[in-house]
Amino acid sequence: MTALRGKAWTFGRDIDTDLIIAARYLNMATAAELAPHVMEDADPTFAGKVKPGDMIVAQENFGCGSSREHAPMALKGAGVSLVIAKSFARIFYRNSFNMGLPILVAPEAVDGIKEGDELQVDLNSGEIEDLTSGKKYQAQPLPEFMQELVAAGGLLPYLKKHAAAK
Amino acid sequence: MAMTMTEKILARSAGKESVEPGELVMAKLDFCFGNDVTAPVAVDEFEKAGFKQVFDRERVLLIPDHWTPNKDIKSAGLVKQMREFSKKHDLTHWYDVGRVGVEHAFLPEQGLVGPGDVVLGADSHTCTYGALGAFATGAGSTDLAGAMATGEAWFRVPESHRFDFEGTLGPYVTGKDIVLFTIGQIGVDGALYKAMEFTGSAIRGLSMDARFTICNMAIEAGGKSGIIAPDEVTKAYVKDRLEREAWYCESDPDASYEKTYSWKAEEIPLMVSKPHLPSNTQVAAELNDIGLDQAVIGSCTNGRIEDLRQAADILRGRKVHKDVRCIVIPATQAIWKQAMDEGLFEVFLEAEAAVSAPTCGPCLGGHMGVLAKGERAIATTNRNFVGRMGDPESEVYLAGPYVAAASAVAGHVATPEQIGAPAAPGGKGRS
Repeated sequence: MTALRGKAWTFGRDIDTDLIIAARYLNMATAAELAPHVMEDADPTFAGKVKPGDMIVAQENFGCGSSREHAPMALKGAGVSLVIAKSFARIFYRNSFNMGLPILVAPEAVDGIKEGDELQVDLNSGEIEDLTSGKKYQAQPLPEFMQELVAAGGLLPYLKKHAAAK
Repeated sequence: MAMTMTEKILARSAGKESVEPGELVMAKLDFCFGNDVTAPVAVDEFEKAGFKQVFDRERVLLIPDHWTPNKDIKSAGLVKQMREFSKKHDLTHWYDVGRVGVEHAFLPEQGLVGPGDVVLGADSHTCTYGALGAFATGAGSTDLAGAMATGEAWFRVPESHRFDFEGTLGPYVTGKDIVLFTIGQIGVDGALYKAMEFTGSAIRGLSMDARFTICNMAIEAGGKSGIIAPDEVTKAYVKDRLEREAWYCESDPDASYEKTYSWKAEEIPLMVSKPHLPSNTQVAAELNDIGLDQAVIGSCTNGRIEDLRQAADILRGRKVHKDVRCIVIPATQAIWKQAMDEGLFEVFLEAEAAVSAPTCGPCLGGHMGVLAKGERAIATTNRNFVGRMGDPESEVYLAGPYVAAASAVAGHVATPEQIGAPAAPGGKGRS
């Protein structure tokens, strides 16, 4: 996996799945349909200004609430390359890995990064570099099992491999 | 080794003697399902990955409850996709409008889930079934696709947090008040990734309906699951419903809990959660200045027969305030019929409340009661996030059926006592 680079968009704590993608759009089921509405109720201008590669930097409990995979799907569809947070709600954490949206837990980075900072992130090492401030941060390493999931290319390929090995 | 009931259930499903918190296990699933929001995405993923058949046609369910009866053309398309998949794979269970209900009321009612089960549902409120003494947790569509294909899912064994309620609940205080109180105390991530085990004499004294309400909202504290030890109440509920053999277990007396909270049941007041988080709780009696446009009584949290009886107890002989729309939504067809047979609809209609077919509808701003900008609702649902019931500038206050019904009558947030109801339900005297 190569290094990711993009601008930081900062958010507070308890960003719930209705803020990420409002339930009124859940009669849609593709990233292309959902992307224009991403983060709409948190910041109605967000979908218009986020650029491919940009990253979300949020406080605690990002993605709390619903199990809708539409949330990571909408973020990915809008070009968000990574979410860095102090902590994630568990279903969102699971969904992100399963559908290939990288996420990192890095409390110090969240405290240090300012809105608009240019970030460079090495997903393999978990190193987050704030190119604007020149500071470097280390994200928590991925649990081994999650690394296997990522290496297999997501949950479904992993399960297929697992089933074949039996 | 001493284990909690959550650990025992996961160990059994993973074919192990014992498990410990933090351990990753591959668990055999007793049941998996998704709804009209999550299942279509799962079906797409299932087919894209090239899976040809489901692991067991009796243990996979696609249940259309969120947008049904179909609210628009897109929703109709999603439900059609589920119907076609269910037919193509000859799934034993398929329930359409006229038979279907809100999933977390419907699955236990139909005996599709039971004690000791490991259940994966592509819906966050899957934790409801912990009330039966099962391990049940919400996941996303890709997890469901994998579960449908393999009948297995990986889980990190959660640490357990114990919530002990001893004593007797006050008049009109319900399971909803217990769970809102709990979330208010620990916050929306107070039990993040944890199994929330509810114990104590006050919990044992509750009906199944009230226990479902409590476990339903474990997710609102970040919980992976909620769970209550099965007892005679559970066994009586499961009897004649569950076709499979139930597996009953309880936590060992010396099982280890990461945290234990103890509260006296007498100290729990009638609770309300204010916008925009379930943890933003306040005592209901203190919120009389909050005027209302709508009251919703229903959902997977509080759409069961006991909830409807509680609402009717308040609405009997009273009228919904002229500025309030009151919408009552029985969660399943069976509950609908029972409410009708018990004469509850007579009460609702006399009170000038509307009664709807079973649907998740307004809880997630779908249909059957969407709010305009600046409007405010009290609801027996489970989430009051920004825009949850409609416009991003609308507001939702969460409460139990007694408080929601009393508020519908008052036109503002109110307790039964504040609208002149007897000091205890059913006209019983002051206790």
